[in-house]
Amino acid sequence: MTETVVHEAHDASVNYLNADYGVRSWLFTKDHKRIGLLYLASITVFFALGGLAALMIRLDLLTPAGDLVRDDTYNKLFTMHGVVMIFLFLIPSIPAVIGNFVLPLMIGARDLAFPRLNLASWYIFNIGALFAAWALLAGGIDTGWTFYTPYSTMSSNSNVLSGAFGAFITGFASILTGVNFIATIHRMRAPGLTWNRLPLFVWAMYATSIIFILGTPVIAITLLLMMIERAFHIGLFDPALGGDPILFQHLFWFYSHPAVYIMILPSMGVISEIITCFSRNRIFGYSFIAASSIAIALIGFLVWGHHMFVSGQSANASLIFSLLSFFVAIPSAIKVFNWTATLYRGSVRLQAPMVYALGFIGLFTIGGLTGLFLSTLATDVHLHDTYFVVAHFHYIMVGGALMGYLGAIHFWWPKMTGRLYNETLAKIAAIIVFVGFNLTFFPQFVLGFLGMPRRYHVYPDEFQVLNVFSTAGASILGIGYLLPVLYLIWSMRYGPKAEANHWGAVGLEWQTSSPPPTENFDHTPVVTSEPYDYREPVEVKKVA
Amino acid sequence: MIGRFSLLPEQASTIAGQVDALYFFLVALSAFFSVLIAVAVIAFAIHFRQSKDRQVVPSGEGFLALEITWTVIPFILVMIIFGWGARIFVTMHTPPDDAMQVYVVGKQWMWKLQHVEGRREINELHIPVGRPVKLLMTSEDVIHSFYVPAFRVKQDAVPGRYTSMWFQADKVGEYHLFCAEFCGTQHARMIGRVVVMEPAEFQAWLSGTKGSGGDMVASGQALFEQLGCQSCHQGETGARGPALAGLFNKQVTLADGRTVVADDTYLRESILNPQAAVVAGYQPIMPTFKGLVSEEGLLELMTYIKSLPAPKTIPADATEPGKTHAMLPVHGGQG
Repeated sequence: MTETVVHEAHDASVNYLNADYGVRSWLFTKDHKRIGLLYLASITVFFALGGLAALMIRLDLLTPAGDLVRDDTYNKLFTMHGVVMIFLFLIPSIPAVIGNFVLPLMIGARDLAFPRLNLASWYIFNIGALFAAWALLAGGIDTGWTFYTPYSTMSSNSNVLSGAFGAFITGFASILTGVNFIATIHRMRAPGLTWNRLPLFVWAMYATSIIFILGTPVIAITLLLMMIERAFHIGLFDPALGGDPILFQHLFWFYSHPAVYIMILPSMGVISEIITCFSRNRIFGYSFIAASSIAIALIGFLVWGHHMFVSGQSANASLIFSLLSFFVAIPSAIKVFNWTATLYRGSVRLQAPMVYALGFIGLFTIGGLTGLFLSTLATDVHLHDTYFVVAHFHYIMVGGALMGYLGAIHFWWPKMTGRLYNETLAKIAAIIVFVGFNLTFFPQFVLGFLGMPRRYHVYPDEFQVLNVFSTAGASILGIGYLLPVLYLIWSMRYGPKAEANHWGAVGLEWQTSSPPPTENFDHTPVVTSEPYDYREPVEVKKVA
Repeated sequence: MIGRFSLLPEQASTIAGQVDALYFFLVALSAFFSVLIAVAVIAFAIHFRQSKDRQVVPSGEGFLALEITWTVIPFILVMIIFGWGARIFVTMHTPPDDAMQVYVVGKQWMWKLQHVEGRREINELHIPVGRPVKLLMTSEDVIHSFYVPAFRVKQDAVPGRYTSMWFQADKVGEYHLFCAEFCGTQHARMIGRVVVMEPAEFQAWLSGTKGSGGDMVASGQALFEQLGCQSCHQGETGARGPALAGLFNKQVTLADGRTVVADDTYLRESILNPQAAVVAGYQPIMPTFKGLVSEEGLLELMTYIKSLPAPKTIPADATEPGKTHAMLPVHGGQG
């Protein structure tokens, strides 16, 4: 446990939210907590936009004839859904909102190492995001989020340039966040907070930051090259100009496969925090979970070719990429086993964040296991570019990453806002999300095995039954996402006030008031023991 | 079969059963681990549910033996899966020598196919049951992907290069043909069917007049002469261009010292971009035929070149790297 010091010296009624008022105090803030909330506002808007596109897609797929929207409109909808959800929601979600808010608190720091860079990242993100959103809404983009050449450079008549430029810009926000986190974790840990005592969420943020820094420049370069070919007809990827279209795929997936781990690693970190807190137990296999985050981040850079087994890549390369892809399955399995073991002999409380966390374990397990089908060469040939792939990555990115994000929001909401939401509603919402999600995406595994290709707006009649199930599930899922928006906003004004340590958790972030003061801690906390030390009842020593 | 709802896809090729066996092994494995995790999570969550009078019992540190067990067992399992999948994949990439060749050109948004015997098809592929079929594919514009779910095979058709796939249908019927790689507005309408026929029926179909125009060797030869290729590639010693007979899939040495195999992609490049790889001993004088020959025309030319009988006495140097003359890319002007 930590030598916890909740100082009563400052005026407890003053916190980071009410220390200053007015739009300027938010737009020019250097407080990591406020910047986290700014990010929360931005990405919530984009989540709604991406969700709206998903809704249109699912409605259109209700009938095989594709009679709701026109061909081009459908193609623009799934591109909008993909680009918005990946670049403008999932990638920034946990790192930029939750990471920004709790990472300095968790390590007992006053702020991130570079507060101005942090604010700059939010502005850069919004400039890029608005650019992309404008391209997607005013005319649209029809390439899919993958921007495959030569379609994107020579064939598409849509706003590819501005959309790709928007994604290019948001990359710099990722890099700034990554640099900031790494510097902060190295330099600003509280006394006694050794690497072996770091909360696993911090380890996950560290691993994610490595990918931000190593991977993002590659996607930036790739998008830039693609834009150059499209704008100036300089042959890079189009064979008609002497280029190589498969080169684009190599470059694209070199980033975009690790990008999946940008989305899932932070959620894994969140789950470690929630599982320990709500089972009142130490984490099982701390060093294995921490090391597996780093292993995933590093091995994740060596598996990109598994997206290209039928692309024309050499069979030998495919063999190696398949082998390496199986290696990355191991650290994920280790995490799931350790989380499950953490429940053993704990004292389990099924409060809302825990319901999300357990839901995460279930969905991520299915998502991870179905990944095996796609890293296996023979089965991937059949399943590649079918709905099986769509189902698989939604289990990881929505079932995994988004469940983790919602779990995190519910877990730290009392800390962020100082208010409590309605626990019953929150549990109901978590269950609705879990049920709706499975109903939406499980039928898609079957659709994929039956051979329904993805990005099909019109499809053979025999696939309709399963598509109807999927659309029905999506409407339930939509309600599950809408509910938290409502009761969380409601709680900000009408929710009961939260205690400093609402969940009785041991993390440093819970040892300061809710919401925390602008400077986080009145005195720098000193850490004297391992993380997740739930053996003793949590004591909060009050120093006058 | 097309149009019937089922939870299992039709198996209509020799490889389909092998792929499905592995698929269902993976399903069983996934079900086992999913249930294992789910039961453990639910059981622990209920059994260790917080109660007011129950003192928290702390668990010990992680057990190393347990960690090793659940690292090693999954590792062994995934290595088995890898090997199993790789073995089938290698089969998928090893067409039998006697495979019947069909040429495929994808374009937005249709599949154009041609049989060696000359018969052309659009969005349909007729093949005989029980005979291996090899497709040589390219694209005129963007990337497409030739996908026959009932055969469990899929391969991208990439502009600027040739890719190939093979399968052997083992069940007469009609099956979906899909484009699986997003290719623009009507991607979802770039579909067709594969018709698997009894061999005799197929022969009758193949010799049917509809859509037929001479076999590909004949049309390739006509094109060869029309383009004036023979004025340099007449196959004599001292010709301005290398002889082409017996060239296909032989090693050739280039002027810059590299050695390449004269495969489909190489022949294509040598026609469209002759200066890229000039055979040792020849001058880089061949003009490009880019824009003068369609993708189908290229396939016909190549079918013709492949059909040329190898010279009876292969010159001693023809297969010997460094001295090979049998090559295409030098050209003495448009004929």
